[in-house]
Amino acid sequence: MNQLRALIGRDLVLAYRLGGGAGTAIGFFLVVVTLMPLGLGPDSALLSRIAPGAIWIALLLAVLLSIDRMFLADYEDGSLELMLLGPVSLELVVICKTLAHWLTTGLPLALAAPAFGILLNISPDAIAPLVLSTLIGSPALSFMGAIGAAVTLGVRRGGLLLSLLILPLYVPVLIFGVSAASGLGAGPDIATPSLLVLAALSLATLVLCPLAAAAAIRSHYV
Amino acid sequence: MQRYANPTRFMSLSGAVLPWAIGATAILFATGLYLALVTAPADYQQGETVRIMFIHVPAAWTALFVYTVMAGASAVAMIWRHPLADVAAKSAAPIGACFTFLALATGSLWGKPMWGTWWVWDARLTSVLVLFLLYLGYIAIWQTIEDPHRAARIAAIVALVGFVNVPIIKFSVEWWNSLHQPASVLRMDGPAIHSSILVPLLVMAVAYSALFLVLHLIAMRSEILRRRVRTLQLARLEA
Repeated sequence: MNQLRALIGRDLVLAYRLGGGAGTAIGFFLVVVTLMPLGLGPDSALLSRIAPGAIWIALLLAVLLSIDRMFLADYEDGSLELMLLGPVSLELVVICKTLAHWLTTGLPLALAAPAFGILLNISPDAIAPLVLSTLIGSPALSFMGAIGAAVTLGVRRGGLLLSLLILPLYVPVLIFGVSAASGLGAGPDIATPSLLVLAALSLATLVLCPLAAAAAIRSHYV
Repeated sequence: MQRYANPTRFMSLSGAVLPWAIGATAILFATGLYLALVTAPADYQQGETVRIMFIHVPAAWTALFVYTVMAGASAVAMIWRHPLADVAAKSAAPIGACFTFLALATGSLWGKPMWGTWWVWDARLTSVLVLFLLYLGYIAIWQTIEDPHRAARIAAIVALVGFVNVPIIKFSVEWWNSLHQPASVLRMDGPAIHSSILVPLLVMAVAYSALFLVLHLIAMRSEILRRRVRTLQLARLEA
């Protein structure tokens, strides 16, 4: 347990000290949200209709742009090889690094979502579903992204390849995320089917994706 | 199976099978196209455009079938490390991408007269488009990773991850939005299509599968030859 905590803590400290932490992600998020009305026109009715989708897409892009650093620095300076040889199984290492990524990207963005929602003129009773859906869905984005990051290790221009590989996999998360965020306001029952499916996706990726990502990392060291 | 996994034995066996497979494909296509374009009745609503179906539907089926073959070969490659399975998965991908593109393009051509638009963001169309993107990602892996052994391992992982995801994507998109007609051939209470249309459709499906077999064998043979040339070149450089 201590080892896992150390792994997560190390990544958090690195993210914090190297400026790749929550601040940058939120800044990126803000820029995308700012560009949205510039591209689509400042019509408030239109903006409030598309706000959940726009915020989900901004979240997806923010995750995508930060995900390729997940293993890269450790791969380049050799730490990843030590982790591979170390006492903690590589699958658990992947889970720790993914959680650290989620803590520095997905979580701050989900918490910041209401503020950006207001910028896009979201209706007040849609704010709680939006936060919940981003909070519950974003771990799935990080875990699927871990596969992409592991697969494209050491590949030149890996970022483009990463998007081509990972974005198609994000389709279900995006669909259920947006439907959970916008299809609600349906009374007191907050746990709509979409939200439950989103939770299921996050849990399933928590179990399955580290296996695939660890297998991909191992194949770089054969 | 293990006996035929030897590349040399595969080359001689596939060389013997290939002419017969090509002949069978030609006959199947001749029969299927005759049935589809001449004997099958025109639809009372759609008129002659319904004949696009005989090109479109088997292409979509084959696209899914090829992805299954690719994922199966990738699983074999992951578990037993057969080089031939790598070859099979790698050479299936471009063929599958072509079938997927054919399904998309013919669907688009059929959609224009029927739905009045080339493209709609409907569940079936979107999930087939995503399948196309998965094929492209898989092909890109082989092209960007230089070391063939590493590329094989990584590509197998990508294919299997995609295979797990294809059904999830399909159902999620169906929840999202659908205009395409529901499944009408494989149903619990028997096909909902009259036999005058069903028979040509099935013949065309068999013809497409045979075409895939032929193309796959040819692609696998040339991939094996390409690897041999590479090995010879490396050996000469080292000598």
